[in-house]
Amino acid sequence: MWKTILRRVLIMIPQLILLSILVFILAKMMPGDPFTGLITPQTDPAQIAHLKAAAGLNDPWWTQYFHWVVNMFHGDLGQSYTYKRAVTGLIGERAVNTFWLALLTVVISYGIAIPFGVIAGRYEDTLRDKSIQLYTFVLLAMPSFVFYLFGLVVFGYVLQWFPTSGYVSLNADPGTIGYWGSRLYHMILPALVGGLVSTSGTIQYLRAGVIDNTNEDFVRTARSKGVPERVVFNRHILRNSLLPIAAFLGNSITGLLGGSIYVETIFSYQGMGQLFVSSITANDYSVITALTLLFGFLTLLGNLLSDIIMSIVDPRVRVE
Amino acid sequence: MDKPEDLLLDIQHLHTAFRVGDDFYDAVDDVSLTLKRDEILAIVGESGSGKSTLATSIIGLHNPMNTKVTGDILYSDLNLVGLNEPIYNRLRGNDIGMIFQDPLAALNPLMRIGDQIAETLLYHTKMTKEERDKRVLELLGQVGIPNPERTFRQYPHELSGGMRQRVVIAIAIACKPPIIIADEPTTALDVTIQAQILDLLRQIQSETHSGIILITHDLGVVAETADRVAVMYAGQIVEKGSVKDVFEHPTHPYTRSLLRSMPQADSDDDELHVIQGVVPSLKNMQIEGCRFAERIPWIPDSAHEAKPTMHEVGPDHFVQCTCYKSFHFEDEPAPTAEQIAAAPDKPAVETAVGGAGVTDDSED
Repeated sequence: MWKTILRRVLIMIPQLILLSILVFILAKMMPGDPFTGLITPQTDPAQIAHLKAAAGLNDPWWTQYFHWVVNMFHGDLGQSYTYKRAVTGLIGERAVNTFWLALLTVVISYGIAIPFGVIAGRYEDTLRDKSIQLYTFVLLAMPSFVFYLFGLVVFGYVLQWFPTSGYVSLNADPGTIGYWGSRLYHMILPALVGGLVSTSGTIQYLRAGVIDNTNEDFVRTARSKGVPERVVFNRHILRNSLLPIAAFLGNSITGLLGGSIYVETIFSYQGMGQLFVSSITANDYSVITALTLLFGFLTLLGNLLSDIIMSIVDPRVRVE
Repeated sequence: MDKPEDLLLDIQHLHTAFRVGDDFYDAVDDVSLTLKRDEILAIVGESGSGKSTLATSIIGLHNPMNTKVTGDILYSDLNLVGLNEPIYNRLRGNDIGMIFQDPLAALNPLMRIGDQIAETLLYHTKMTKEERDKRVLELLGQVGIPNPERTFRQYPHELSGGMRQRVVIAIAIACKPPIIIADEPTTALDVTIQAQILDLLRQIQSETHSGIILITHDLGVVAETADRVAVMYAGQIVEKGSVKDVFEHPTHPYTRSLLRSMPQADSDDDELHVIQGVVPSLKNMQIEGCRFAERIPWIPDSAHEAKPTMHEVGPDHFVQCTCYKSFHFEDEPAPTAEQIAAAPDKPAVETAVGGAGVTDDSED
């Protein structure tokens, strides 16, 4: 088991190197450079050239790449010119916001999707199943941002149950219970709408899994042993139906850690997704590069997590 | 020789109907059969003849939403037809063990072999965990698994097909059920493994004195393994008797055609005999008359009974419909009127314990 995980982690090293080279080349190909944002009509071109030379931008690309990687290991991803601060600190702060939102979203999403999927599959073609099916089809058919806007308008502006922007009230004192309460209060609406939208896939997979597994031979074997129906369902049908959900779990967690661009933009929630969008619009070179690298890393991490989860729950994928 | 207490199962006029659209169609149509202790009863027929449906009806695993079972399946003082679920569940695994066709699909991929066998014991015995594990190891040894301790902890995908089928057999016999139903237990296995599994079944049968219902489409398996055989066609039993009688004196046109279709190793004939047509589908099944008639069109309609009944053609040897008397293969001359008149025939008096009052005038 540990050997499998270790080997899986080792495979990630060349993948990460390749990813960083790719991101670096993409960054080089982008118009502009880290100083573009600093240029004003009054700037002396000679001074810019001097700054570029001092920053090593005239060196061959592999030297630049090497410096970039060395700096990265020292926690230096450059400076954001829009926020006038180190990219590492900026992303770190946003990552914490996104992490809590992602956690709440995952809990809400699976908390709703798993019971719904099980009910729909177990009571196939009944009114309960049809209602759940209708719910998933509506969610699937609607663009997610429409649903987010709808949530924002109804619960934020019309009913005024929840705040419409930000991640904490401005007058909350960090460290107090009130501060954390305020953060939670700000997260509930975005997590709820984000969680609801991501339920439809899980429900569909689980429903199909339960229906398929009910007709499997091993379920018939279990029944032929005289196993009570409740146990047949929980031990034989449900466990096998949860496999595809488990396979996606790692990716869906790290995917959410990347921040939802729609949710964070619509709810003005200061997280990674919103930072990514604003850095692109402002052409904030260092932030874009760092985030792209981070998102790539999260994808790899998600695959790793999924593989580890699968090897725990499914003996067939365990490699000896 | 047969004592009533040797009778395990007495199936009388069993109908199992499936819902197709809004209507129900009989997949098993008026089947009467008995199973005795200490015997292997083979049920043989083509795909779609209703043999697996019959087996599933005995253990009561049809979905009640789209299946209707009527008639009687008598087991000791219980009628299994319409038996309530909690009581049926006490019988499943404990009184009736079932062995399935595809041993990979029949095992839960996420559970250890040991736990899957122990599950049967868990719901039918008061054994402790240690006693169950000990019994499982014993069972694994009994079905010929070379290293029971190792297999106990393995998962189904780590075993070969033959080993998996042994595990499936171990599950079925865990509680020493008097009745074992084996639904095509060797179909998914290659020939050498098939022989081993059949040997194992015979060995288990002689050790436990259980009655085994062996469902197969392979006449070779029947000849080697079974004591009695029932031939099924389109949901009905067309011929039943001891394996010796049925193989030495096959009588129903369907049985004769099946036997003729078997490839013979010592035959010079290049061409295999083929039965014309196909088994009718559930929806297209003719309800009246001899169901095999349409596959032997050269036999005149008058040879068939309008309402086919069972005829006793030898001791404990029964055949459906009268068409067996005039039947001949297409490349053979038709029997003469005298031959037809001389064919053995007694109206069947079927009793629970086999043929009563049988005389010996039926041979030749």
